[in-house]
Amino acid sequence: MKQVEMIDISKSYDKQTNVLNDINLSINKGEFFVLVGPSGCGKSTLLRMVAGLEEITSGLLTINGEPANHLPPKERKLSMVFQNYALYPHLTVEQNILFGLDVKKVNKEERKRRLKETAEMIGLTDLLKRKPKELSGGQRQRVALARSVVSRAPLCLMDEPLSNLDAKLRAQMRIEIRRLQRQLGLTMIYVTHDQVEAMTMGDRIMVLNEGKVQQVGKPITLYNEPANTFVASFIGSPKMNLGQAELLAEGKQLIVEDKLQFQLSAQDRIHLPPHQKTTIGIRAEHLYPAANHEATHHLEVAGVEHLGNETLIVFEGIGDQLWSAKWSGQWMVSPGDVVPVSISVENFCFFDAENGRLIKPAYKGQSQEVVAQ
Amino acid sequence: MRLALSNKIILYLLLTLSAVILFLPILFAFFMSFMGSQDALLGKILPSHWTLENYEEAFRRLPLLRFLFNSVLISLMIMIGQLIFSSLAAYAFVFLKFKGRETLFFLFVATMMIPFEASIIPNFQTIKALNLIDTYPGLALPFLATAFGTFLLRQTFKQIPIELREASEIAGKGHFKFYLTVVLPIAKSSLVTLGIYSFLSAWNMYLWPLLSTTNDQVRTVQIGLKELQSQEQVNQWGVVMAGAMVVAIPTLILLFIGQKKLQKGLAEGALK
Ligand SMILES: Nc1ncnc2c1ncn2[C@@H]1O[C@H](COP(=O)(O)OP(=O)(O)O)[C@@H](O)[C@H]1O
Ligand SMILES: [Mg+2]
Repeated sequence: MKQVEMIDISKSYDKQTNVLNDINLSINKGEFFVLVGPSGCGKSTLLRMVAGLEEITSGLLTINGEPANHLPPKERKLSMVFQNYALYPHLTVEQNILFGLDVKKVNKEERKRRLKETAEMIGLTDLLKRKPKELSGGQRQRVALARSVVSRAPLCLMDEPLSNLDAKLRAQMRIEIRRLQRQLGLTMIYVTHDQVEAMTMGDRIMVLNEGKVQQVGKPITLYNEPANTFVASFIGSPKMNLGQAELLAEGKQLIVEDKLQFQLSAQDRIHLPPHQKTTIGIRAEHLYPAANHEATHHLEVAGVEHLGNETLIVFEGIGDQLWSAKWSGQWMVSPGDVVPVSISVENFCFFDAENGRLIKPAYKGQSQEVVAQ
Repeated sequence: MRLALSNKIILYLLLTLSAVILFLPILFAFFMSFMGSQDALLGKILPSHWTLENYEEAFRRLPLLRFLFNSVLISLMIMIGQLIFSSLAAYAFVFLKFKGRETLFFLFVATMMIPFEASIIPNFQTIKALNLIDTYPGLALPFLATAFGTFLLRQTFKQIPIELREASEIAGKGHFKFYLTVVLPIAKSSLVTLGIYSFLSAWNMYLWPLLSTTNDQVRTVQIGLKELQSQEQVNQWGVVMAGAMVVAIPTLILLFIGQKKLQKGLAEGALK
């Protein structure tokens, strides 16, 4: 069942340029839906339109199957967590959490019960009498969460709720928010600019860029089959390596950035798109280390990052592209070294050279991952 | 602020000196109000013997208590009126979206450049036409709206994150509830500041009460003071000073109570 649906939604602030263009989207009940994109792409605007805080320029928004374009925020049965938490500085934690319940005509007993339950669930029981300024960032975050939970609204909107926390707390809150959402069966629309957050939390993700939907899908789909080069370079860390490719020798050879040559096997040729010129993409983990005799190519190292369990190596000299490789274990290479690697065409995603749209995902990588699931 | 001891001593000496200089006239008045009339005429600074005669005389000659009551009442009316109207206006300028909001605010603030004296004749005609001469409302009405107060509170309200409004909107609280339960409590110290400021300016009003009242029933204490001075040819300065002391007392009390808040509020308004 659909909780929120958008049909051809556009938004313009100045009546001239569109901040959002023809958004079509439906979000199911109980789904954790993540809106991700670089800052300024219109995520907050879209979320605020769902909340009713921003007018919809054109298109149709339905909530619970009913048109909601002109519904005032309070009638949309939703709660919202803001980036700066929007706590009332003059009220205690308890009053902050209960703010708004009096309007909803919730009686005193029920209010008390909900407060107790929510405070326990979120771990705020000892802080109820404090004022927001006496709380740490993480605790404020929890109060904002509690306020949203206590309202019992079936739809919850969050706008970059974790961006003011430090990395460790962020990781912890990610898990907690996800747990709460599952436990309460909430439908969540979660906005973030952080693709890690999107990948780890979302049931489904929508990638937005410059006001246009780039792709909607499961995290793993976005990773394996990015709909275009933007998604390819936005999702995943490090980003997907991209290069211009050209078919040569009557389709028996592929050359990338006029530098890397690949002899195509019969199987490769079955899977390859027929286009003469394409943009290829390959994930960093598919640039394998190789012994000299099995190496397909030799690449020059531009930089190395040691993460302990794995090593991130950046190669240069592939046209003007920098490609990165992620090798598990610790590899003692240094900038300037020329390193043998093994790259295989079966891991290539192919994008249209002109508009960047995906023509064909990697045939090897994909089948492997599906089995691994 | 950390200062070397010598600097500190100099600073405090200078501050004390200027405080004494500023306070001197009030001190003279204070002493003079306890003097006999000979002492005053001889120009003594300290009374040769302390007496309460002047106070008795002041209260006997004029209905000072009535004047005090009038002053308190009118000042309170003006204060409350200013708080209500300027906070509502400031709310509109910050939280309501409408066309020409900034222009309107600019015009609003521009009225601060017109001195009250310039509008006193039309005001007088209005009050007269409303038959409000010699009434409390007539005394208070021209001062209920204030561009300064609106400006001050707008600055404060602007520092309230707009997300608070949006969160209340989602929670289902309308503008008025938000104004009452969130904006006013958050802006408390600015409201106190404005309250004290408007009370004191109303208390010290002279020209308007003089024009718009003709009898002692509604006169304020400032006019009373003037009456004390000019009733006889030879001024009995001791009596005048006693009157002045009585007039100054409420002001002083208010300042002592509100000093901290007043400073805080004015400083808040000045920031950003
Ligand atoms: N109130 C507004 N008035 C005019 N332009 C706005 C307003 N809010 C946002 N914008 C513009 O809309 C675009 C999208 O903004 P926003 O939705 O906040 O992006 P995001 O949340 O993805 O960072 C930006 O270019 C921003 O400048
Ligand atoms: Mg945003």
